[in-house]
Amino acid sequence: MFTAFFYLLKDKGLPVSLNEWMTLMEGLDKGLEHASLTGFYYLARAVLVKTEADYDRFDQAFLEYFKGVEHIEQLPKELLEWLSQPMPQAGYDKDEVDRRAAELELEDLRRMLEERLAEQHERHDGGNKWIGTGGTSPFGHSGYNPKGIRIGGPAKNRSAIQIAGERHFRDFREDHTLDLRQFQLALRRLRQFSALDDGPKDVLDVDATIRETSDKAGQLSLVFTRERKNMVKLLLLFDSGGSMWPYSTLCTTLFQAVSKANHFKDLKVYYFHNCFYDKLYTTPSCWEPNAIDTEWVLKNLGSDYKVMIVGDASMAPSELLSRGGNIYYWYGSDNEPGITWIRRFTARYKKIAWLNPLSPWSWEHGYGSETIGYVKKEVPMYPLTVEGLEQATKALVKAR
Amino acid sequence: MMQDFKGSKDYVASDELMRSVNIAVALEKPLLIKGEPGTGKTVLAQAVADSLGKELIIWNIKSTTKAQDGLYVYDTVQRLYDSQFGTAGVDDISRYIKLGKLGEAFSRKEQVVLLIDEIDKADLEFPNDLLWELDRMEFYIPETGETVRAKQRPIVIITSNAEKELPDAFLRRCIFHYIAFPDAATMERIVRVHFDTLDDKLLHEVLVTFYAIRELRGLQKKPSTSEVLDWLQALQIGGVDPAKIAKTVPFAGVLLKKNEDMAILQQTLRNRGRI
Repeated sequence: MFTAFFYLLKDKGLPVSLNEWMTLMEGLDKGLEHASLTGFYYLARAVLVKTEADYDRFDQAFLEYFKGVEHIEQLPKELLEWLSQPMPQAGYDKDEVDRRAAELELEDLRRMLEERLAEQHERHDGGNKWIGTGGTSPFGHSGYNPKGIRIGGPAKNRSAIQIAGERHFRDFREDHTLDLRQFQLALRRLRQFSALDDGPKDVLDVDATIRETSDKAGQLSLVFTRERKNMVKLLLLFDSGGSMWPYSTLCTTLFQAVSKANHFKDLKVYYFHNCFYDKLYTTPSCWEPNAIDTEWVLKNLGSDYKVMIVGDASMAPSELLSRGGNIYYWYGSDNEPGITWIRRFTARYKKIAWLNPLSPWSWEHGYGSETIGYVKKEVPMYPLTVEGLEQATKALVKAR
Repeated sequence: MMQDFKGSKDYVASDELMRSVNIAVALEKPLLIKGEPGTGKTVLAQAVADSLGKELIIWNIKSTTKAQDGLYVYDTVQRLYDSQFGTAGVDDISRYIKLGKLGEAFSRKEQVVLLIDEIDKADLEFPNDLLWELDRMEFYIPETGETVRAKQRPIVIITSNAEKELPDAFLRRCIFHYIAFPDAATMERIVRVHFDTLDDKLLHEVLVTFYAIRELRGLQKKPSTSEVLDWLQALQIGGVDPAKIAKTVPFAGVLLKKNEDMAILQQTLRNRGRI
C-alpha cells in the first residue's frame, strides 16, 4: 500500500526506514487513520518523521502524492470569489431543511454539485438551491444544511491537504542559515573521546573500587581508570577578504559559536584573504605585523588537528592557479600558487572541510564558480548553514 | 479497547497532539515529544495519566544519568557495611538490588505512564543503551540471575529539548510529535484554564502584546506560556490599565529574562511608541 509514497518520501530526502514503514502499515491495520485522509496524514507524520526539521519535506511530499484527491481546490475561480464574501444566514425552517436533506445520498449530492457547477453563472446567497453562502442549499458555507458539502470559506476542521499546503514548518528546515545556538549545537558533534585504552590510569573508579572491596570482604582494594576527555583539536581558517563582507554576520556567528564551545582540547584561528599562501594572519584585517608563516602552522600543528576553512572560494582564477597570484604579491610574498598551499594542507590534515557561505546553487553558476570548482576538488565543501555545518562536523569526526 | 486520550480539564491539547498520543498508545511505541520550552511537554504525561486513570512514574534525566540507573542499582556500599557487622541476609544479593524508575514501571501490576523527562540532557549514548529495554520491555540482572519483565507494557512518553541529537536507531522506534507554539486562540484557552476570572480587555491586550514581543527580531529567549501566565498575574495584581499595556509593557521583567532582550524591547518602545 502506498509504496510509491514511500519512495517519494525517500526521494525528498526523508530518511524513512523499512521498520518505520512497517509500523505505519501496522497502524493502518489497526485503523488508526480513522478512514480519513487527515487521519492518515497525522499517522504517517507521527510514525515516519522524527524531527520537526523534516516536517516541511513531509508536507511537500504529501501534497505531491495526494494532490487531486480532494477536488474542492479545482472549483471555478468566480465561484470561490462569490463564496469569499459570505452573507449572514437567512431565516429558515429547520424541520423543512432537515427533511429535504434526509432524502439526499452522497451520490446524489455529488451529481447535484456537478449540475450546479455546470449551470450556475452568478452569485446566489441565502437561497436553497445554488452554491452560495448563508442559505440552506447543500452547497456553500456559512449556511445551514445537515448534509451539506462545504465549499470555500474558513473551515473549522481543516483537511489534510490544506494543512500540508500551509507548510507551517517551513522555518524549521535545517537548510536555512540560523542562529548562534544552532551553530553551537552543531559544533557539539565535534567531539571524540579519548579511547579507554589510551593514557594513564589516574582516576579513581569508585564503583569498581567498592565492588572489588566488597568482593574481598571489606579489604580495601583501589581500582583506577582512565579519564574520558574530548580530544578534538580544531584549526579554523577564515577568509576575511572583500567578497566575504556580505556574510560577515554569518561568519561572526560561527566564530562566536566556535569560541564559546569550550569542549575543544585546542582551538587555533587564523585569517587569510581569498586564498592562503605563505602567510596567515592572527587578526581579520590580514595586516603584515600580525602575520605568521604558514609553514610554521603546518609544522607545529600536528596532523591530528581538524581543519575548517570558511570562505567563498571565489577569486580570480590567477589568484589560485598562477605563480605570484597572491594579490598581496607586492608585499614580497613568494611565488607559489594558492592551490599548492591548499594541497599542502590536505596532505597534512586528513580531516579537513571547507564551509562556503554561498548557496550551493551559485557554486555552479555564480561568480567564482570556476575557482570554487577547483577548490572543491581539493577540499570537501559544505554550505555554511546549520545542516552544512553538521555534515562537515560529521565528516570531521568520522573514523576512517 | 483502550480509551482515547482527549486532553484533560487542566491541559489543553491540540487535535494533532491527541492523535499522536493515541497512535503511540495503540502501536505500543514510545512517544517522543519535542517543542519550545513552555509548550507543556512535561505536563502532557500528567494529563495523559490523569485522563486514562493511570499512575505516572517520572524519570528525570540529568547530565550524569546513565541507562543503568533506570533499570536497577546494586547497592554494594550497603552490602559492604552490612558484611562488616555480620548482619543477617548479606548473602542474599537481591536485598541490595534497588529497581530504578524503568524497573519500577515494569514491575507494576497495573499499566502505568512512564515519563522519561529531558532525555537529551544525558550522554549522547544514553538513548542507545535503552533500546533493548524499551523494545522488549524487559532486562536482566546478572547479579541475581533474574529477569525483570513488564507485567503490563507501560505507556512511555519521552521529552526532549533538542539540546542533543538523538541517535537514529532510537528515533526509528519512536512515534514523534513536535508541539508547535500555541497560536493566539489556543493560548487564550490555555490561559483561561489557569485563571477563574479574567477581564476580556486585559486578556486581549496581553495576548496581542505578548505575540508582538515574540515577533521582535533578535530576542535570545522568547517568552513562552509560563511567562505569559506569570505576567497576567502580575498585571492583575498591579491593577494595570489594559490600554497602557502595549505602550509601556509594565512588568516586562516577567517576560524577558535577559538584559539584551530587555534592551531590544526598550529600543522598540522608544522607536514606535508602542510594541
